[in-house]
Amino acid sequence: MAPKTVQQLDDRKPGMVTRKESELRLEFLNQVMDIPGGEKINRCIQCGTCSGSCPVSYAMDVQPRELIALFRAGLIEKILQSRSIWICASCYQCTSRCPSSIKVTDIIYALKRIAMERKIYPDKFPVYALSAKFVDNVNRYGRNFELGLMMQFYLKTDLMRLFRMAPMGFKLMKLGRISIAPKRIRALEDIRKIIAKADTFAVPRETHKKEYIEGMIGYRAVDGEVPDSGGVQR
Amino acid sequence: MNYTYYPGCSLEASADSYDKSLKSVFSDLGLGLSEIVDWNCCGATAYMSVKETVSLAISARNLALAEKAGLDIVAPCSACYTVLAKTHKIMAEKSQLFDHVNSALSQVGLSYNLGCRVRHPLDVLVNDVGIEAIAQKAKVSLKGLKIAQYYGCQIVRPYATFDDAENPVTMDKLFEALGAESVYYPNKVRCCGGMLMFTFADVALKLTDELLRCAQENGADVILTTCPMCQANLDMHMDELQQSYGHSYTIPTLFFTELLGVAMGSSISQMGIDKHLVPLAANVAKLLETKI
Ligand code: SF4
Ligand code: SF4
Repeated sequence: MAPKTVQQLDDRKPGMVTRKESELRLEFLNQVMDIPGGEKINRCIQCGTCSGSCPVSYAMDVQPRELIALFRAGLIEKILQSRSIWICASCYQCTSRCPSSIKVTDIIYALKRIAMERKIYPDKFPVYALSAKFVDNVNRYGRNFELGLMMQFYLKTDLMRLFRMAPMGFKLMKLGRISIAPKRIRALEDIRKIIAKADTFAVPRETHKKEYIEGMIGYRAVDGEVPDSGGVQR
Repeated sequence: MNYTYYPGCSLEASADSYDKSLKSVFSDLGLGLSEIVDWNCCGATAYMSVKETVSLAISARNLALAEKAGLDIVAPCSACYTVLAKTHKIMAEKSQLFDHVNSALSQVGLSYNLGCRVRHPLDVLVNDVGIEAIAQKAKVSLKGLKIAQYYGCQIVRPYATFDDAENPVTMDKLFEALGAESVYYPNKVRCCGGMLMFTFADVALKLTDELLRCAQENGADVILTTCPMCQANLDMHMDELQQSYGHSYTIPTLFFTELLGVAMGSSISQMGIDKHLVPLAANVAKLLETKI
């Protein structure tokens, strides 16, 4: 199914969201409630301290404050299509300054996870690929292989930059600051077992109190019930 | 005093000199470091962006291995430091995640029971050893050296455990005690862009440009950092900064342990300072080679 345009999303009747949106909302809330203190998201006073403190908000199409406003408005899909969540550098400045103790950075991590899971990405913006490659690397070697990660990422996304960076790469290599081969850990099998088991606990799952979800969702799905939630009906 | 050591992936490659200088400083001060056997990547910011429980579980494997020794873990990379501390904190606060992570670890006979304290080497040096004690061992005076003390983001945020989140001063005080002068550096906790240097270079270049300009304009001879990512971003992109902004910088960025090592009598090359792309100015190198 083609993703809904912003226009289509904005045309909904008040109090109603599409089925996909209510699914995303449920998934989002499940993710956010997993963060210690995550429930504080409903205390946002829209003061904008987060956006004003963020060193990269100038490059974001949706400001950190607006992320929370869009969540409240039932427009999670729009957040996931924005570049902002991928521009976040995880510097925790917003989190450390928020007067309502909202874990903005962790909320952005949650949004990234949903975007990865659902494959909802901003147009022509392959940044998420770095996270995917990184995870790949760790699963394969148990450690991050800096050189391999960079090569794989640029080959996929930005060949030109690979050429531009090459002279610097050679200088670093001469100085012995690049290792040419990945370092594998010995207990790779262990890592794989841990990952496989941990993966079975992946959200979304029915973990949080139903009333809570109901209170936080407050929207009805327009094209059908959301499976298992029970909480989307008002 | 003894500690468990978690070097992290960067210290095995691009930040090799951080690893060497840290070990040298610790051994000069009589601190023991024993590396976690067969540690794995902490997951950094990227793994958390993909899977939550899995990223906590792989990070917790390191904590579980370290817990057996019963010592504090020293994690020099700011990202590792925050990720390990965060894993501990989330497990302590969310019993469900504690159970899930331990159930994953039990697959390989491990468990983590919240018995580790994750420490940054700056914290250990200043609070366990003490600035006085370090200053007494100094063999080189840093008098005349002007430093931009750059803490970056993740050692003070989100958990400001040993210093202030907005205006940390531990590193300032440490090097002032060794004779150096800390220049006015309001960007001390501003983000360097981190991984954005790969994904969104324009944004990261702008951030590093601001950090370097602020240091240079305030007359610093060197920038000191506590993080491999910051060091790489501030050291490696001079050509691109020249192309993008027409700004050229001559200010080198050193790991704080490298300078500390030199102050305690090691040579510039032993500390790996000559492995950075931006070299020390001749007068600075001379100052650092003059023993008391
Ligand atoms: S700083 Fe906190 S309360 Fe203010 S807008 Fe941002 S998230 Fe909301
Ligand atoms: S954590 Fe992300 S959103 Fe928050 S201030 Fe830093 S870059 Fe901006």
